[in-house]
Amino acid sequence: MATTTSAEHTRRDFLYIATGAVGAIGAAAALVPLVAQMNPDASTIAAGAPIEVDLGPIQEGQVIKVFWRGKPIFINHRTKKQIEDAQSVDVARLPDPQPDSARVKPKREQWQVLIGICTHLGCIPLAHQGAYNGYFCPCHGSVYDTSGRIRSGPAPTNLPLPPYEFVSDTRIRIG
Amino acid sequence: MSGHPTYQPQNAFMKWMEARLPIAGLIYSSFVVYPTPRNLNYWWTFGGILTFLLATQIVTGIVLAMHYTPHVDHAFNSVEHIMRDVNYGWMLRYIHANGASMFFLAGYIHMLRGMYYGSYKEPREVLWILGVILLLLMIVTGFMGYVLPWGQMSFWAATVITNLFSALPIVGEPIVTWLWGGYSIGNPTLNRFYSLHYLLPFVIVGVVVLHVWALHVVGQNNPDGIEPRQASDTATFTPYATIKDGFFLAVFLVLFAYFVFYAPNYLGHPDNYIPANPAVTPTHIVPEWYYLPFYAILRAVPDKLGGVALLGASVVILAFLPWLDRSKVRSARYRPRYRFFFWLFVATCVGLGWLGSKPAEGVYVFAARILTIYYFAHFLVVLPLLGRYEKTLPVPGSITEAVLKRASAAAVVAIMLAGLIGFSSPSVAAEADTPPKQKWSFAGPFGKFDRGQIQRGFRVYREVCQTCHGLSQVSFRNLAEPGGPEFTRAQAAAVAAEYQVAAEPDDQGEVKDRPGRLSDRFPAPYKNENQARARFNGVPPDLSLIVKARGYERGFPWFVVDLFTQYQEHGADYLVALLTGYSDAPAGVTAPPGTFYNKYFPGHFLAMSPPLTEGRITTNGKPVYDDDTPATVNQMARDLTAFLMWTAEPHLEARKRIGLQVMLFLVVFAGLLYFTKKKVWKSLGAHG
Ligand code: FES
Repeated sequence: MATTTSAEHTRRDFLYIATGAVGAIGAAAALVPLVAQMNPDASTIAAGAPIEVDLGPIQEGQVIKVFWRGKPIFINHRTKKQIEDAQSVDVARLPDPQPDSARVKPKREQWQVLIGICTHLGCIPLAHQGAYNGYFCPCHGSVYDTSGRIRSGPAPTNLPLPPYEFVSDTRIRIG
Repeated sequence: MSGHPTYQPQNAFMKWMEARLPIAGLIYSSFVVYPTPRNLNYWWTFGGILTFLLATQIVTGIVLAMHYTPHVDHAFNSVEHIMRDVNYGWMLRYIHANGASMFFLAGYIHMLRGMYYGSYKEPREVLWILGVILLLLMIVTGFMGYVLPWGQMSFWAATVITNLFSALPIVGEPIVTWLWGGYSIGNPTLNRFYSLHYLLPFVIVGVVVLHVWALHVVGQNNPDGIEPRQASDTATFTPYATIKDGFFLAVFLVLFAYFVFYAPNYLGHPDNYIPANPAVTPTHIVPEWYYLPFYAILRAVPDKLGGVALLGASVVILAFLPWLDRSKVRSARYRPRYRFFFWLFVATCVGLGWLGSKPAEGVYVFAARILTIYYFAHFLVVLPLLGRYEKTLPVPGSITEAVLKRASAAAVVAIMLAGLIGFSSPSVAAEADTPPKQKWSFAGPFGKFDRGQIQRGFRVYREVCQTCHGLSQVSFRNLAEPGGPEFTRAQAAAVAAEYQVAAEPDDQGEVKDRPGRLSDRFPAPYKNENQARARFNGVPPDLSLIVKARGYERGFPWFVVDLFTQYQEHGADYLVALLTGYSDAPAGVTAPPGTFYNKYFPGHFLAMSPPLTEGRITTNGKPVYDDDTPATVNQMARDLTAFLMWTAEPHLEARKRIGLQVMLFLVVFAGLLYFTKKKVWKSLGAHG
C-alpha cells in the first residue's frame, strides 16, 4: 500500500513540475519579441550602410563633419605642422598610448578620420581648440591633440576611429 | 465568509514588513486562502481571462507606442513600419488588434454569465455597476485605438462617432468642435485620441481594482445562486480556482492565437489598409464587430437625437438591472421562464449585431426596429413581470447539495459563443460578381510563397504597373530578405540602381537625383496627387497594401466557414478576378467616357484600362517569362497578385511558421494544466 502511495506521489510531483516548466518556457518565449522589438529595426539597420565621402573639396587645415549611423565623423585635412606635432609626441607618456601612425592610413597622414564623440560622456568636441590645437570638449574639459588622442581631462581614451577605407585618392568609404 | 486562516509571517524580515506594509497578508487573504464556491463552472474563469487580456493589451500597447507616430502624415506609415521593419512588430500589432476583439468577446461572455446566474442581485449591485462602467470605458478605449492607424475606417469611424454628439440640442456643435480641436477631424484629434488611448487603460485598471475589491467584500456568486453556508461549500482560491482559471485561460489562448497567426485580419476591415482620405467615404462603413448591436440600435431609430439617445440608453440600462429584475431567486437554473427569455435576449443581441453589419435599408431596418424594441422590453417589461409572476423551482439547501445534481447549459452556451465570434463584415459593395476562388501556395496554415511566382510577379509589376502605381511601403532591400522573392543582395542592389531617387542636398543646396540603394524605397510614379490627376485622369492607388485593402463580401454562412477553413485570400482572389474580368459592357449599357467595363468591379466601370494583355511580357520575342512560363493574361494576373500579397504581408511565412509553434505549445500546455487541475481537484474529494 505504501508503495502505491509513493508512486502516486512521484507521478503527481512530476506532473506539477512538468506543467510549471512548460509554463515557464512559454513565459520566457513570450519575452523574446518584447525584448527584441527595442533593438534597431530593419530600416535603421539598412540606413546604417556605408557612405562615401568626396575629400576633394576639403582644404588643408579644414575639418568637416559628416554623419554615419547618426554619429558625427570628423574628417581633418591636417597641415604639415599638425602632422609633425602629432608624430613627435613621446607615446609612452600618453594616458592612452598610441602612435599617430596607428590612427591614420599609411601614406595618408594628412587625412585624420575619427568619430567626433568625446569618450568621457558623449559630447561633441570642438575642432582646432585646446592646448594642442586639436580638439577640446566643452562639457567637462577634455583636451585631445591633432591625432585625436586624449591629453588631459576626464576622458579615459582616445577618440575612436570609424571603419573606413580609401576607394581612390580623394574618396573614402565609411562603414 | 470570514474566519479563514490569516497570514502568519515566517521569517523576521516578513514580520518586520508585515507590521509596516501588510501587502503579503493582503495577497494571502485575497488570492490564496480566499474561499470560492466550489461549484463554479468554467464561465467563472472569464474574470481571470479578462485580467490577463488587459495586461496583454497594456504591454503590447506600450510597445506599439514606442514605434508609432501620432501625426496625420505619419500615423499610417508608422503602423506599416511596425508591421514591416520593427522586430516582431507584425506579431505585437496583430496581438494588440485582435486582443481588443478577444477583450470584448471575453467581456460579453463575462456579462452574460452574470446575467444568467443573477450575479448582479443584492448584495452585488455595486460590483455589477462597476462592471458596466468597465464596459463603457472599454468601448471608448477601443474606439480611440481604432482611430490611431489612420486608415479609411479609422478616419470615418472617428467622424461618425464624434458626430453622435452633434445630435444634442444647442451644445451639440460646440462639443463636437471641442472634441475635434478644429473644424474637422485632423491632427489635433488624432493627438488627443492617442493621449487618451494611452491613459484610459490605466483608468480601467483602477476600476478593475475596485471591481475586485467589491467582489472580495461580497464574495462570488455561483451557478446555484445560493450563498456558501458551510466549509464544504467552498474551496480555497489557490490552488483550486487558480489552476482552473489557468487551464481555461490556456484554452482561450488557443482561440486568440488562431486569430493572431492564421486570421489576423479576419475581424478587421480591408478599407483600413487604405490611408485616411477626408474626401472619400468608403461605400459601406461599419464599426468593429463588438459595436455592431449598438450600431444597429442607432440606425433603427429614424430620428437623429432619438437614435443617439437609445444608443446611450442601451448601455446605461444595464446599470439598472439589479432593480429591474425583482426575482428573489438568482440563478437561471431555478428560473425556467427567465432561462427562456435570457436566451431570447442573447439571440436579440446576436441578431442586432448581424443587422448592424448590413446596409441600413429595407427589411434590415424593419428587423432592427423589432429587435431594438425587444432589447429594451427585456429590461423594462419582461424582467419586472417575471419577478412577479414566474414560478421558480425549489432552490437546493446548500452548494454541496447542489454539486451532486448539477445541470449543464454548456452546449447551448457554446452555440452562443460561436455566434458571437462569427461576426465579420463586408468591404466591397455587393453588386459585383463574386470572384472565383483561386488556389494559392501561401494559403492555409503551412502556406509559403512560390519564389518563382513572386519573382515573375515582380517583373509584371515593373513592366506593366509601375508607370502609374507606386509601391511606397516597399524598400529595395526587402527583395533580398527571407520570406519574399529572395533575390540575392547583389540582384536587389542592381534593381535599386535602375531607379532614380532624390539625393541629399549637395554643397550648393541643390537636390539632384541619384541611383537607388538597398535602403531606399520604391520611388513614387508621380510627385503629388494633382500631377497624377493631370497625367492619369485619376489617382492610381499605391499597390503596397492593395491585396489587404480589397476583398469582397462572403455573406452568411460563408464568413463563419471561412474562419475554420482559413480562407483569408479574398483580396487576392478579387484582384485576379479584376485583372482578368474586363469585357464589353452588356447590351444596353454604355460605359461612361474614359471608363472600362469590368464585371468584378463594384459599380462595373473603372478608369483603369485593361492592364494585362498577351505580349506585355516577352523573353527573346516570345510571350514567356525568363523561366519559360507562358505569360498568359491569367498567369500574369496570378503572378502579380502573389507578388502583391507579399508586399502587403511581407512576414506572412514567419507568421504561419511561428503560429504553428505557438499552437502546438498551447495545446500541450493546456493538456498539462488540465491533468494538473484534475489532480488538484481530486484532493478536494469531489468533481469540480
Ligand atoms: S563629455 Fe567631453 S569632457 Fe565630459
